[in-house]
Amino acid sequence: MSTQSKQLLSPNQVIFKSLINNKIMLLSLIILILIGLATVLAPLLSPWELGEVDWDNINTAPDWVTQHYFGTDPNGRDLFVHTLHGGRTSLMVGILAAMVSLFIGVFYGAIAGYLGGWTDTLMMRFVDVLYALPFMFFVILLTVYFGKSIWLIFIAIGAVEWLTMARIVRGQTLSLKERAFVSAAKVAGAGHFAIIRRHIIPNALGPVIVYVTLSVPQIILFESFLSFLGLGVQEPMTSWGVLINEGAQQMESAPWLLIFPATFLAVTLFCLNFIGDGLRDILDTKDRT
Amino acid sequence: MFRYLIKRLKIAIPTLFVVITAAFFLIRLAPGGPFDTEKPIPPEIAANIEKVYHLNEPLLVQYGYYIWNLLHGDFGLSFKYQDYTVTELILQGFPVSLSLGVTAMFLALIIGIGLGFFAAIRQHSWLDHMIMSFAMIGIAIPNFVVAPLLALIFGVLLGWLPTGGWGSWQQMILPVIALSLPQVAIIARMTRASLLETLHSPYMDTARAKGMPMRIILFRHAIKPTLLPVISWLGPATAALITGSVVIEQIFGLPGIGRYFVNGALNRDYTLVMGVVVFYAALIILMNLLVDLLYAVIDPRIRRDN
Repeated sequence: MSTQSKQLLSPNQVIFKSLINNKIMLLSLIILILIGLATVLAPLLSPWELGEVDWDNINTAPDWVTQHYFGTDPNGRDLFVHTLHGGRTSLMVGILAAMVSLFIGVFYGAIAGYLGGWTDTLMMRFVDVLYALPFMFFVILLTVYFGKSIWLIFIAIGAVEWLTMARIVRGQTLSLKERAFVSAAKVAGAGHFAIIRRHIIPNALGPVIVYVTLSVPQIILFESFLSFLGLGVQEPMTSWGVLINEGAQQMESAPWLLIFPATFLAVTLFCLNFIGDGLRDILDTKDRT
Repeated sequence: MFRYLIKRLKIAIPTLFVVITAAFFLIRLAPGGPFDTEKPIPPEIAANIEKVYHLNEPLLVQYGYYIWNLLHGDFGLSFKYQDYTVTELILQGFPVSLSLGVTAMFLALIIGIGLGFFAAIRQHSWLDHMIMSFAMIGIAIPNFVVAPLLALIFGVLLGWLPTGGWGSWQQMILPVIALSLPQVAIIARMTRASLLETLHSPYMDTARAKGMPMRIILFRHAIKPTLLPVISWLGPATAALITGSVVIEQIFGLPGIGRYFVNGALNRDYTLVMGVVVFYAALIILMNLLVDLLYAVIDPRIRRDN
């Protein structure tokens, strides 16, 4: 950024300007909002309902006359409605699990970094050990243990994703706690918890926001993976992973069953990745030249 | 170097121990059992089964048995595949999973590093943009989407390659491509970023100022620091390939460990699931250890720091 810019911009203005300038990111955001809206408004967009069987149209290709916009599956269910409902599940899992990991990771990392010393070593060694585990296998173990439920997926994924978050926040905290405003807060008599909550965490949020954005597509992928294997979301709920699995089995006779859910999943993942990369460019002041 | 090895082992061994312990208790505490059949079993037979599997002993004793057996390479009997031990099942599936994984890893390394090099040397050219767009696709689209699409295009529509089964090299092509694609993408991105960073470092300017040809600069000076991040990625890449192979084996119907694992999870085959988890965890931990050592061999700074 040039030093003689005519007018100083507030951080929010900088973000807004960068957003307008970054065409790919803006486009991704718009597409993502449209997909999100469509999944929420699914009942208004189609006359068919989730799980409703149309006996006259079994395994038919996309057809605008019957209003099966994406065709039907071998059980006569409308794929358009199922794709949108699946998207609702996938997006919800992605966002909620990201929040769980955000919450655990930020507090864990901030506490470890702030306290330092032995506590820090122990807490981070624990993270190192968990990090080295093949997590997909543990989540599958958990589904064997607790049965397959969507809540388990939230918790399991959130419990995995917080590790990186904790590392990032700890790193931030280590440098933040040496800063003058933290000493000032201490002198003013603030307790440890108040310092972590009011001074450390808000200042560590930049990289955290970037990581959360990038973790949402990872989580959606994770959920789809489990659902694809039949270990995730169960009937009557559906998700993109479930639909892709069903589509893959029918792809020779009915390729649309694979193509539509796969496209939705891929486009969503693309958009989220682009937004995450874009946000990193905006918020990561190190790379700003 | 030896001290460094000890230090790494101090992380690797507790990790493996945590895996074994967590796997054991999770599975043992699970509700329901593999012998819950629709027809009630006569109590004498039930007692016999419990005795054979040590299910009548206290949990801690069972745990002791489990660790003892593991140390002897015995993962126990499968609860669902009768007349098979878990070790037999794993050994049966492993050659398939291994050849799939190793081929995919080599492919990913060769193509990924190659693409990354070209992209970095011709930064901002159309080639660079093409390679990076391809990498974005490879990262964003999961292999359980790529695999059926590849099978649809090359197997069903064009009819060039078989879409399933195991035995001939043609049957390996599609699974290997589908499995390695995300890794090709990640390694290409990594190599490009790393080479660009290396090329901007002062000693590169020195080499250029001395009038060295680009070929020597690249292959003698730049290659080692460029490949460091790729080498440290080998550990996570192994984990990713193993996870990916579960899906790929399912899609292409390959008789590898991944299929046993998924079937075991769906059937609640406790010992089988646990055996596969422990086996793969050990493999990943071993791979991480090897990567750490390799890293120390290549980068003297790591040896000195410890």
